[in-house]
Amino acid sequence: MKIVERQRVNEQDSVIRSKNFEEVSLGFDEETMLIEAERCLGCKTAPCEKGCPVGVKIPDFIKALKDGDPLKANEIIKETNSLPAVCGRVCPQEIQCEQLCVRKNKLGGSVAIGALERYAADAALKANVKPVKPTKKLDLKVAVVGSGPAGLSCAGELAMNGAQVTVFEAFHKAGGVLVYGIPEFRLPKSIVEKEIDSLKELGVKFKLNTVIGKTFYLEELLDEYDYVFIGSGAGLPVFMNIKGENLNGVYSANEFLTRVNLMKAYKEDSVTPIQRGNVVAVVGAGNVAMDAARTALRLGAQKVYIVYRRSRQEMPAREDEIEHAEQEGIEFRLLTNPVEILGKEKVEGIRCIKMELGEPDQSGRRRPVPIQGSEYDLPCDQVIMSIGTSPNPLIKNSAKELKTSKWGTLEVDDNLLTSIDRVYAGGDAVTGSATVILAMGAGRKAARHMLQKYAERE
Amino acid sequence: MNKILKKRKPADNVVELTLEAKDVVRNAQAGQFIILRVDEEGERVPFTICDYDKQNGSLTLLIQIVGYTTERLAQLNEGDYIHDLVGPLGNPTDLSHADSILLVGGGIGTAVIYPQSKQLKAQGKTVDVILGARDKSLLMYEDEFRKNCGNVYIMTDNGSKGEKGFVTDKLKQLIEKGQRYDVVFAVGPLVMMKAVCDVTRDYGIETIVSMNSIMVDGTGMCGCCRLTVDGKTKYACVDGPEFDGHKVDFAEALARSRIYVEQEKKHRCRIRG
Repeated sequence: MKIVERQRVNEQDSVIRSKNFEEVSLGFDEETMLIEAERCLGCKTAPCEKGCPVGVKIPDFIKALKDGDPLKANEIIKETNSLPAVCGRVCPQEIQCEQLCVRKNKLGGSVAIGALERYAADAALKANVKPVKPTKKLDLKVAVVGSGPAGLSCAGELAMNGAQVTVFEAFHKAGGVLVYGIPEFRLPKSIVEKEIDSLKELGVKFKLNTVIGKTFYLEELLDEYDYVFIGSGAGLPVFMNIKGENLNGVYSANEFLTRVNLMKAYKEDSVTPIQRGNVVAVVGAGNVAMDAARTALRLGAQKVYIVYRRSRQEMPAREDEIEHAEQEGIEFRLLTNPVEILGKEKVEGIRCIKMELGEPDQSGRRRPVPIQGSEYDLPCDQVIMSIGTSPNPLIKNSAKELKTSKWGTLEVDDNLLTSIDRVYAGGDAVTGSATVILAMGAGRKAARHMLQKYAERE
Repeated sequence: MNKILKKRKPADNVVELTLEAKDVVRNAQAGQFIILRVDEEGERVPFTICDYDKQNGSLTLLIQIVGYTTERLAQLNEGDYIHDLVGPLGNPTDLSHADSILLVGGGIGTAVIYPQSKQLKAQGKTVDVILGARDKSLLMYEDEFRKNCGNVYIMTDNGSKGEKGFVTDKLKQLIEKGQRYDVVFAVGPLVMMKAVCDVTRDYGIETIVSMNSIMVDGTGMCGCCRLTVDGKTKYACVDGPEFDGHKVDFAEALARSRIYVEQEKKHRCRIRG
């Protein structure tokens, strides 16, 4: 029998797309989708599901796709995942569900679960499917702090079950990292908006321009709500503490991406300014670094480098993003670490040192060690630091009883309860920089626990 | 949407707007700021809360017209709305350890020291103020300061009001005459704050400055407002906006304040036609 290979999704041509902000991946057409769905063996044990932080019933939804019912497939996904169109696009499936697919090694590659999820979700968005409203209203009021993946997932799970939910967002737009961080070409903002609209349909209220810890204090929320979920996300960007980091032309990835994505500085007539670099060095190799590098390219840079101290193998970004960046002409300077940013008032270059891999460190990855005397200067006029973030200090500063780790992340128990009664937390605020889906998993888990406690109370 | 309840022109090139902002003033304190967007596509721009009225839920901003957003704000009238406003952000001023305070204000710095004068007076502390401007047409809030401060010293570059000279001339004079203050709180253009710090450093007088860095979110996410204080990177939005002036790297702050000068020029031309 001939083994059917994993199908590839359609993509915008790499030369054309490196000059526009439109979505890179075009997803499956119906015919390819069906071929791919048929590849799913429908394993009774469903190993793939164990890799999904929110437990999507993967063989079931793929079965619905095979049956030609993408709306049904979407319904199945939505039982446990409130943002399928987002997850289908940004989840690192290769280290989650697809990693555990039995077809992975010998049977033509893992089933493209992410792309199939996206197909189902997009079909539902296109058909303008309204969410199924809960049959009964619970006497349960929850405040969700932050409207990123953790908060939206928590709000979705609660609202689906009839709870009254209000989401508080500091920015003027809901979505958190989905709107300020992840670029349009990877996750169109219209998709995020539709997902949020569907939560509104379920009765979730959004209160924008409201900073918890400043506009309202945590204790004020506890007066009015049964539970609070803190999904305030990542905070201050991490810098390397090397010379020249505050020169004009050095951005944190957070600032660079927020200006471009949320404030739309990529448009020529935008009121919010951005400096457009000619030669740009992005430091770091996670998804955010890839986003920043590819954004710089789309803003008109002639040359964009990724500067990373470890090797290709250790790059934390999704495989797709690394591949896409390479196709678009981003140059990877691997085993290279910046030691100084050069310039008087503006960035003129970056001094790097070459690295080699030594013994494994605590993370199990081989520790990069500088090679003495290997410094060299890389001329550039913009540097984007993308080496992670530390948790946002605002809430913990305003609520001293909230226990934090030495890194500033919120401490929670197995049920995601913090040191304050009735207050849960999840997502990057607890884990430090992680993925959309892990944050969503946490939001859902906290919501489930609240619902369980409510049921016990009733 | 926040409604403009009152509009005044306290000095040349400055408008004073009183806005409806019930949620924001509930927990607001002197020294904090807000970030507003004038319209749907507006830039996020920080302004110090100059005054607030918790009873009727309004706050007052002093806006110096320097660029696109401030020009647009100046064009609005009573009854108009701005698109949105978030706050209060940053930390409140803490002068609890000081009994005698000298406020030094230049230009729009008035917005920061005025609520301070009010609060310090209410706390029964000794407060003097030096107000400086290029010309008398740029001076503002003089009467208000007279209500709150023991001594009000006015300095203009051209001598059109008060004494001719800079705020630092008066500062030096006062110190040399033997006037003692626990704290000097100086707010104004970066060059003014730096000059004040250079004077007080020699006399070992604690000096606090308020940094009006460029910001985006204002909640400790983007890192745009970073500055170097005592050799360490700090963030004006969550660590400040007030810092020990003797430890601030003003040269760097000045350079960072000019990041978008070119883009700003282009935009402003468009609105002025």
